Amino acid sequence: MGATKETTDSTFDTDVLMSDVPVIVDFWAPWCGPCRLVAPILEELATEHAGKVTIVKLNTDENPEITARYGITGIPTMNVYVKGQVVKTLVGALPKPKLVRELSDYLS
Amino acid sequence: MNTTEVENFPGFPDAVMGPDLMESMRAQAERFGAQMVRDDVTTVSLTGPVKTVTDGAGTTWAARAVILAMGSAYRQMGLPDEARLSGRGVSWCATCDGFFFRDQDIVVVGGGDSAIEEATFLTKFAKSVTIVHRREQLRASKIMAERAKANPKITFAWNSAVDQIHGQDKVTAVSLRDTHTGATRLLPATGVFVAIGHDPRNELIKGVIDLDEQGYVQVQPRSTATNIDGVFAAGDLVDHTYRQAITAAGSGCAAALDAEHYLRDLEPTPPQAQSDAKPSVHTVGVGS
Repeated sequence: MGATKETTDSTFDTDVLMSDVPVIVDFWAPWCGPCRLVAPILEELATEHAGKVTIVKLNTDENPEITARYGITGIPTMNVYVKGQVVKTLVGALPKPKLVRELSDYLS
Repeated sequence: MNTTEVENFPGFPDAVMGPDLMESMRAQAERFGAQMVRDDVTTVSLTGPVKTVTDGAGTTWAARAVILAMGSAYRQMGLPDEARLSGRGVSWCATCDGFFFRDQDIVVVGGGDSAIEEATFLTKFAKSVTIVHRREQLRASKIMAERAKANPKITFAWNSAVDQIHGQDKVTAVSLRDTHTGATRLLPATGVFVAIGHDPRNELIKGVIDLDEQGYVQVQPRSTATNIDGVFAAGDLVDHTYRQAITAAGSGCAAALDAEHYLRDLEPTPPQAQSDAKPSVHTVGVGS
């Protein structure tokens, strides 16, 4: 897997909502083409910014509860959680430079 | 990219996953020396013997030949709520997002084959699908139209246009306007799929490359050459008619051959300008 971790319906609260550092959650599914484009970029970001931010992935096929809780209707969607609250949402695949710019507040 | 299963690309009798087909094409190009730059192009300079292309990170790539293959984008209705609620009930891709609309009432806007395909696909998940079309007759082919009419989950709102999409954090309803009488009515729905066509992605080249009235790049007959020497165009950026993966791939091959012949026939360059004899290929662009 690498630098990003998987989270699930049952571990989400611990993994994400109770985290001391910002958490970027990548909502994805195996059949989603754009999600596959974004995955390696997130791996890179997770390695480059380890400790400052955590990046986790949630498979929407396997975790309908959290998917519905956050009203996800299109993937990839990336939510940034700070102290348990969604502070930013990005919908759709973005190239790395653009993703870095959008997430710059949380990556530094 | 957005099609999960591609059933009509020759050579795959059992269909192929769209993303897998794309990854294979990438790997094949890389095997022959192509370099992939995964970023958007922000500006181009195409006139003159050396063309340049600048990416989102600010790197400028120079080449003697350029192939434009930006494709087309989903046409939007142009309503303010459409952008606001994108990803929160508004979508342009049923195969991408249909999964998230299980048991919901969905509106599909459009009257062509795409709209019918989207609507039919969505009946796999939806409670109901209403096709909203501004005319009384579908533009779609007879077979597609019959299939839709026979589908118990599909209803039609004829002579109707979407005036407004309602909802704060997600779509709750649409206002439909009768295109004859002007009368409006509210239709509750939690999903709006816009399937009204595609527009060629010509933003980078407007005013420089010759386009037709609908914005598609004009190429010389039986060629991929544009009005500028050394600039070629392929795929949905050029094609209004066929727009299939295989026709796009075919025209990409033609553009590569045209570019190769162009480079071969160029006047030899002075020694200090040459790097090495082998032409190199850089592909810049994200997504399909």
